[in-house]
Amino acid sequence: MSAQAEPLLEVKELKKYFPIQKGFLKRTVGYVRAVDDVSISVRAGETLGVVGESGSGKTTLGRTIIRLYEPTAGDVILHEGDQVMHVPQLDDRAMHTFRRNAQMIFQDPYASLNPRMNILETIGEPLLVNNVAKGAELEERVKKVMLQVGLRVEHLRRFPHSFSGGQRQRIGIARALVVNPRLVIADEPVSALDVSIQAQILNLLKDMQAQYQLTYVFISHAMSVVRYMSERIAVMYAGKLVEVAPKEEVLRQPLHPYTEALLSAVPKLSQKRKRLVSRGEVPDLGRLPSGCVFHPRCKYATDICKTEEPHLRELAPSRTVSCHLAEKLTLGGI
Amino acid sequence: MTNDNNVLIEVRNLQTYFYLYEGTVRAVDGVSYDIRKGKSLGVIGESGCGKSVTAQSTMRIVPSPPGKEVGGEIIMHLEKEPVDVLKLEANSNEMRAIRWKEISMIFQEPMTSFSPLFTIGNQIVEAIKLHLPGLTKKEMRERTIELLDKVGIPQPSRLIDVYPHQLSGGMRQRAMIAMALSCNPKLLIADEPTTALDVTIEAQILELIRGLQEEFGMALMYISHDLAVVSEMSDEIMVMYLGRVMEKASTDEIFNNPLHPYTRALWRSIPVIEGELKRLETIKGVLPNPYQVQKGCPFFSRCEQRMPGLCDEARPPLYQVTPTQTVSCFLYDKNAKAGPAAIASQSVATS
Repeated sequence: MSAQAEPLLEVKELKKYFPIQKGFLKRTVGYVRAVDDVSISVRAGETLGVVGESGSGKTTLGRTIIRLYEPTAGDVILHEGDQVMHVPQLDDRAMHTFRRNAQMIFQDPYASLNPRMNILETIGEPLLVNNVAKGAELEERVKKVMLQVGLRVEHLRRFPHSFSGGQRQRIGIARALVVNPRLVIADEPVSALDVSIQAQILNLLKDMQAQYQLTYVFISHAMSVVRYMSERIAVMYAGKLVEVAPKEEVLRQPLHPYTEALLSAVPKLSQKRKRLVSRGEVPDLGRLPSGCVFHPRCKYATDICKTEEPHLRELAPSRTVSCHLAEKLTLGGI
Repeated sequence: MTNDNNVLIEVRNLQTYFYLYEGTVRAVDGVSYDIRKGKSLGVIGESGCGKSVTAQSTMRIVPSPPGKEVGGEIIMHLEKEPVDVLKLEANSNEMRAIRWKEISMIFQEPMTSFSPLFTIGNQIVEAIKLHLPGLTKKEMRERTIELLDKVGIPQPSRLIDVYPHQLSGGMRQRAMIAMALSCNPKLLIADEPTTALDVTIEAQILELIRGLQEEFGMALMYISHDLAVVSEMSDEIMVMYLGRVMEKASTDEIFNNPLHPYTRALWRSIPVIEGELKRLETIKGVLPNPYQVQKGCPFFSRCEQRMPGLCDEARPPLYQVTPTQTVSCFLYDKNAKAGPAAIASQSVATS
């Protein structure tokens, strides 16, 4: 296998269930299956886009990969040189090594920065807690990364409140990149920003990727943003992966009916058209429908969809889908 | 005033300022537009451009203090005679009679636009009670159920008695629309009604609004920062920046042939879902300080085609480029080829 095709990140049958507790004794009466049996691998230097509606589990997937949430079951493997890290089993010390390699950028630039920490403290924190640098060296590294993301070094001791949304997101990016990670999970990094600022941040993320050979898992609900950023797109629905494929193939000819519905719902410029509006809403994750989770909203559903759960399978090289009818359907893309 | 009897509302030189401790913000600074009966006007702009305040001024619901409509007129062509909405007291009976009955509005956040203490039905019935007197309780309830059914709420006779928190975001927005339509308004203002919703739900709501607009023959003012959504909903589009109208044109023209440097820059900065993928071009710089009064064009500091000495000195007037496209930029002055000096001398002479 060539070095290029080597996966950096492998997610294997990952599950994250949140218990639903009721009553005085907090008995567990059920589980919210936020991420249910997700397997995917990401090559080094690649951007994998994860799309889905709210409640589809995309954020939980990102957070479970990086172990902000303890996984319920399954494995996350990070390859770093010869080292193979099984993330769920790492002890505290090994977690520091892992965190130097995997970082996260959050959605809300107003909530993700501590208002009582100035920029030096905020961006320097990952260096400090992971024992990478301290003192003068830390300050040097913080200054260097600030310049790279387009912040002014004079602002080193300012507090988050004096920055605009776009600048705050730059601070968030600097904080993630200061430890020189291999993998960055970006969870809706531009959805809180205005369009003109959004373009600046997307371009910055692309430039940083080219410069440091970063690998991104780019989570977003906006299909056009994911198309701009990623090579492959993974579509999630109700905690499950329904389709994974190179981006243009997903857009041109989706294989899963949910992907088709999602693409049809995307508003497009300069045309008024009748779209294929999917009925209903995302199901309650605590009470999922039997069989295929999408069948109550799927217009192609047959009897098998109601009873048997489809599994992700490879339909063509690099195209996986979880739908019983994938071979029979011809679906419309953008 | 035009004598065109298809015009529903004419807004001329609207100015809404906010008097804050830090200074005065000219949130809306000389905005003019018309909306024709049954047609839709889209308003596009980034946050802080004054698009919501324009809508709120039209409804006269700008929080005051600190906000105040300091100038301009909003002529509403009602059945009997035209009324200048700006001349009415915001809390007068005349204004209350217009608000909700003639103009109604749906908001971005469906959770905060309902009171959590009353059922959906209660709140819609209240709107009907205030504006359509003479109906019995039973008739009002029946009308509400009918409305809920019309906006696609399943089992309306049961869901009329639920509280807002019991509904999902999409359903709540549907209920909001039902309430806005309760008195058959002539103009519906939609202020980012789908921003908080998922794409598939957004598609359902857009389809619903469009269908209802046709059915009720309403005019629509659709405000959003999402260019694609606005393009799907509007006949005509107005682009705003820092409280001013930069460009106004039919939907086709504004997307196929944008004229204003800001509109062009905005178009190049959004990722597209179809067609060639190019590196996004960013708009340089940041929004100017809102407390500062802009003598010239508000986009001057970020514009790539600016003409120093002209654009930062005088406000560009609205130039009519085609019968349906106007743009506020000196580049479209008939003397533009002769250089900034010629424009300056001309526009000083005419003004």
